[in-house]
Amino acid sequence: MNLNLDFAAILERWPAFLEGALLTFQLAFIATVLGTIIGVLGAIGRRSSYPVVARICGIYVEAIRNTPLLVQIFLVYFGLASLGLKFSAFTVAAAALTINVGAYTTEIIRAGFDAIPRGQIEAAEGLALSRAQIYWHVVMMPAIEKVYPALTSQFVLLMLASSVTSQISAEELTAVANYIQSDTYRAFETYILVALAYIVLSLIMRAVFWLLGLVIFPRRRRLGTPL
Amino acid sequence: MHKITRTDTASPVVGVSNVHKSFGALKVLDGVSFDVNRGEVLVLIGRSGSGKSTALRCIDRFETIDSGEIVVCGHRVSGPKLDLRALRQDVGIVFQSYNLFPHLTIEENITLAPCSVKGISKVQAKEQARRVLAQVGLEDKLHQYPEQLSGGQQQRAAIARSLAMQPKVMLFDEVTSALDPELTGEVLKVIEALAADGMTMVMVTHEMGFARGIANRVVFMHRGKIHETGPAAILTSPATPELAQFVGTGL
Ligand SMILES: Nc1ncnc2c1ncn2[C@@H]1O[C@H](COP(=O)(O)OP(=O)(O)OP(=O)(O)O)[C@@H](O)[C@H]1O
Ligand SMILES: [Mg+2]
Repeated sequence: MNLNLDFAAILERWPAFLEGALLTFQLAFIATVLGTIIGVLGAIGRRSSYPVVARICGIYVEAIRNTPLLVQIFLVYFGLASLGLKFSAFTVAAAALTINVGAYTTEIIRAGFDAIPRGQIEAAEGLALSRAQIYWHVVMMPAIEKVYPALTSQFVLLMLASSVTSQISAEELTAVANYIQSDTYRAFETYILVALAYIVLSLIMRAVFWLLGLVIFPRRRRLGTPL
Repeated sequence: MHKITRTDTASPVVGVSNVHKSFGALKVLDGVSFDVNRGEVLVLIGRSGSGKSTALRCIDRFETIDSGEIVVCGHRVSGPKLDLRALRQDVGIVFQSYNLFPHLTIEENITLAPCSVKGISKVQAKEQARRVLAQVGLEDKLHQYPEQLSGGQQQRAAIARSLAMQPKVMLFDEVTSALDPELTGEVLKVIEALAADGMTMVMVTHEMGFARGIANRVVFMHRGKIHETGPAAILTSPATPELAQFVGTGL
C-alpha cells in the first residue's frame, strides 16, 4: 500500500474553494445574527406570562431539537416549493440554518435568564425601572454574559453543520468540494483541504467571538476573567 | 402641586393601618398599624418569621395585602390605581443581599435608574453618583465592579444606589445580617448619618444597640401582630414578657 497524494490539481481550483468558504461564512454570519435575535425573543417568549406564547416557543424548540438538520432543510426547501415560492438554494439554506440555530439559542439564553437571581430583579423593581428596562439592563446583559461561551460554541457548530446544505446545492464549501473531487478524482486530497478550510473558518469565528466578548462585556476585559 | 406638598407634610410619610396578610393558610400580618412621620426612624424587631420583612415589603408593594390600607408619600399602595413606578421613585429599599448588578461598575449601578427612570443626563447622573458615594464613604470605588468590593462596601454602594433616586423614605431589611461585626459597623454608621440628615426610615434589624441609638419608635412584632411599641426606651425596659425575653436573648 502506498499513499499517493497529489494536491496540484486541486490547489489549482483555489478560487472555487475560496468562494465556497465565503459562502459558508456568509451562511454562518446570517444564521448567527438572526439566530441571536430569535433566541432572545424565544427566550422571552418561553418565560412569557401568556401560556400560549410560552407554549408555542416551547414547541418550536422541541421540534427543532428533536429532528435532524438535514430533514429541517428539506422541509423548508420543499415546503417553500410546494407553496409555489421560488428562492435560491442559498436563501433556503440560510433560512433553515437560522430556524435551526434559533431554537438552540433560545434554550441557551433561557438558561441564562433563569440563572439571574430573583433579588436582582427585585432590586431593579425597587429602583422603579420598567419591565423593559429590567429585561434589557438587569436580565439580558448578565444572562448573555453568562452563557456567551455556550452560545458561541453553538454558532461554530452551526457553521460546521452548514455543510449539509450542500444537499440542496447551496454552493458552500462542501458542495464545492463534492464538485471538485468528482472532477479531479482526488477525493481524499480534496476533503483534507476542505477539513483544513473548516478549521481555519472555526478559528476565525472563535477569534471574532473572543474580540466581540471583550467589547460587549467590559467587566470580563477589566477583571481578566476568562470567557 | 403646592397643595400636594402641604398635605404631604401634614400626613405621615408612611401610614399602615389594620393590614392583614396571609400566605395561603399562614397568617403573617394580623391587623398591623403604624405611622412614620417625616424624619422619623421606625425600627421593626421581632423573632424570625414574625412578619417583619413582609410588613416592610408591603410598603413598597413587593407583597400585596389582603385587607387594610397602606399610604406612602400620598400613594395609596393598597389601592387599585396605584402608579407602582411613581411609588418606587419615592421609596428606596435596601435588602440583606446587596443585589448590586454584577456586570456594571459601581458608577453604572448608581446612574442606571436616575438616567433611565428620571431621564436625567449622564453628566448629571455621574455628578450625583460621586455625591452619594461620598456620602457612604466610597468615592474611590466609582469605577470598580461589585465583586471587587467587600460585603460592607457593597452594602454601602447599594445604599448609595438607592439614595441617587432621592427617595422620600428608605426601607432597610436586615442590611447588616450578612456582614461580620467590623463591616456591620461601617454600614450602620452610614445609616446613622442618614438619620441625622433627616431621612425618613423604616428598618428591620437585629442590632439592638443600634436600634436603641437610632429609633424614634420601635415596633416589636410577634405572631403577625404588633405586640409592643414605643420609644427606643422600651428596649431597655420592656412592658411585655415577650419583648423582655426577646431583648434578653437579642442582646
Ligand atoms: N412568599 C412567601 N410565601 C409563603 N410564605 C412566606 C413568603 N414570604 C414569607 N413567608 C412566611 O411568612 C412568615 C413571615 O415571614 P417574614 O419574612 O416576614 O419574617 P421575618 O420576621 O422577616 O423573619 P426573619 O427575621 O427570619 O427575616 C414566615 O413564616 C415565612 O415563612
Ligand atoms: Mg426578614
